[in-house]
Amino acid sequence: MIAIIDYGSGNVSSVKNSLDFLGVESKITSKPEEIGAADKIIFPGAFGYAMEQLAEKKLEGPIKNAIKNGKPFLGICLGLQLLFGESEENPGVKGLGIFRGKSKKFSSGKTPQIGWNEIKPTKNGILREGFMYFVNSYYVVPEDKGIVAAESVYGNRKFACAVENGNVMAVQFHAEKSGEFGLDFLRRWVDAR
Amino acid sequence: MLAKRIIPCLDVKDSRVVKGTNFVELKNAGDPVELGKKYSDEGADELVFLDITASHENRKTVVEMVRKVAKNVFIPFTVGGGINSLEDIETMLKAGADKVSINTAAVKNPELISAASKRFGSQCIVVAIDAKKVSASKWEVFVRGGREPAKLDAIWWAKKAEKLGAGEILLTSMDADGTKKGYDIELTRKISGAVNIPVIASGGAGNPESMAEVLKKGGADAALAASIFHYGKYSIHEVKDFVRKQGIMVRE
Repeated sequence: MIAIIDYGSGNVSSVKNSLDFLGVESKITSKPEEIGAADKIIFPGAFGYAMEQLAEKKLEGPIKNAIKNGKPFLGICLGLQLLFGESEENPGVKGLGIFRGKSKKFSSGKTPQIGWNEIKPTKNGILREGFMYFVNSYYVVPEDKGIVAAESVYGNRKFACAVENGNVMAVQFHAEKSGEFGLDFLRRWVDAR
Repeated sequence: MLAKRIIPCLDVKDSRVVKGTNFVELKNAGDPVELGKKYSDEGADELVFLDITASHENRKTVVEMVRKVAKNVFIPFTVGGGINSLEDIETMLKAGADKVSINTAAVKNPELISAASKRFGSQCIVVAIDAKKVSASKWEVFVRGGREPAKLDAIWWAKKAEKLGAGEILLTSMDADGTKKGYDIELTRKISGAVNIPVIASGGAGNPESMAEVLKKGGADAALAASIFHYGKYSIHEVKDFVRKQGIMVRE
C-alpha cells in the first residue's frame, strides 16, 4: 500500500488518479499510523500553508520516521521543497530539514514557470531525459550537490529538478500531470526496490 | 529550457463536446474523455474545456465531466465558462481541474482574482481576456461572450489582473477569432511584454504557420486553437513539427 500524505494540498487527488490508472493500490491519508504502516510514501504538494498544516496534523514526526526507517519516499513539487531547511517563500519558517539547502525564487523568466521543461538526469536511476510538467516560482539549491539526480534550465538558471538520496527521491515537476512520460516514471518508482 | 505549449480548446455543452465531433475514429462522438485522451496522445500540452452550457441547472453536470477527465487524462487541463465565485472555483479544482479560467466575473468583481489566488494559489487562476481593437494600438475588453464592452483597456486590465494574482492570461482577439487568418500578433506582443506571467494566445489560428508566428513574433508562451484541430485539418503532431522547424522549442 502506498500512502499519499494529505495535508490540504491541491494535487493529492491527481496523484491518486494517476496511481489508480496504473492499477497501483494507494490511499490518501493524514493518519500517522497509516503512514507508519504503508510500504511506500508519496508526499505531494502544490500551494498552501504547508508547514503549518503538517504541524497541525502532527505529520512531521511520522514523515521523518518513515524516511529514517528507509521507507521508499517520493516528494513532488512542494513535497521536494519542504524536505529542505528553509525557503525564500516563507522566511523564518523551518522546513523538514531532511536535506541541507534552501529554496530560492527564480530571478529570470516569467514567474511562475508554467509548462513543460526538459529534464536531464545526472545519475543512473529511474529518471529519463525528456519533458515534464512544471508549475513553480521557487527551486531548490542543495548544499550537497551529490544528491542532485536531474537538472533543468529556466530563464538563465540551471536548477536541480530532482534529488535522490538512499530511499528518498523528490522531484520538482508534476509527474502525475506529465502524460505517458510522467506515468512511466511513477511506474518505475513504484516497481523499484 | 521551457517549451512553448500547443493547447486545443474544446467547447462543452451539457457535458458533451460540441465541436470537433466529426472524427470518424471516435466511438462516442462528443465524449470529453475520449477527445481529451486523443489530443493528449497526439501530443497536446494541455487542454482547455470551455463550458458554453446555457442553463444554470445543466452546468452542474460539468463537474462530473471534470471528474471523469481527471481520472483518465494525465496532462493539465483548465475549465472555463460560467465560473463566478470562489465556490465555483473550489468545486472545479476539487473535481480535478488543474486550473480555472475566469472572464466576466473577474471584470465585474476583480476581488475574486485576489481572493482565489490567495486561497488556491496563482498557478490555478487563469484570467481570460476578450479584446477588440478600437483604434490604432488600442484594444478594449469585452465580457459576456463578447457582447458587452467592459470599458477597460486590455493592456491595463492584463497588468491589473497580474497584480491581483492571476497566474496566466488567456488572451483572445475578438477581431481574429473565427477568421482563421492568424492571431492578432500586435495585441499578443503588447500584452506579453506588459506582464511577467505566461500569456496563452487565442483566436485566429488557421494553420501551423499562424501558430508559429504568434509564439515567435507575438511572444506568446502558448498557442490555443479550436477548429483547426477539431475538423482534422491538422493534427497536433503536424503543428508541433512545423513549429519546431521554425526553431521554436516544443515538447516532443
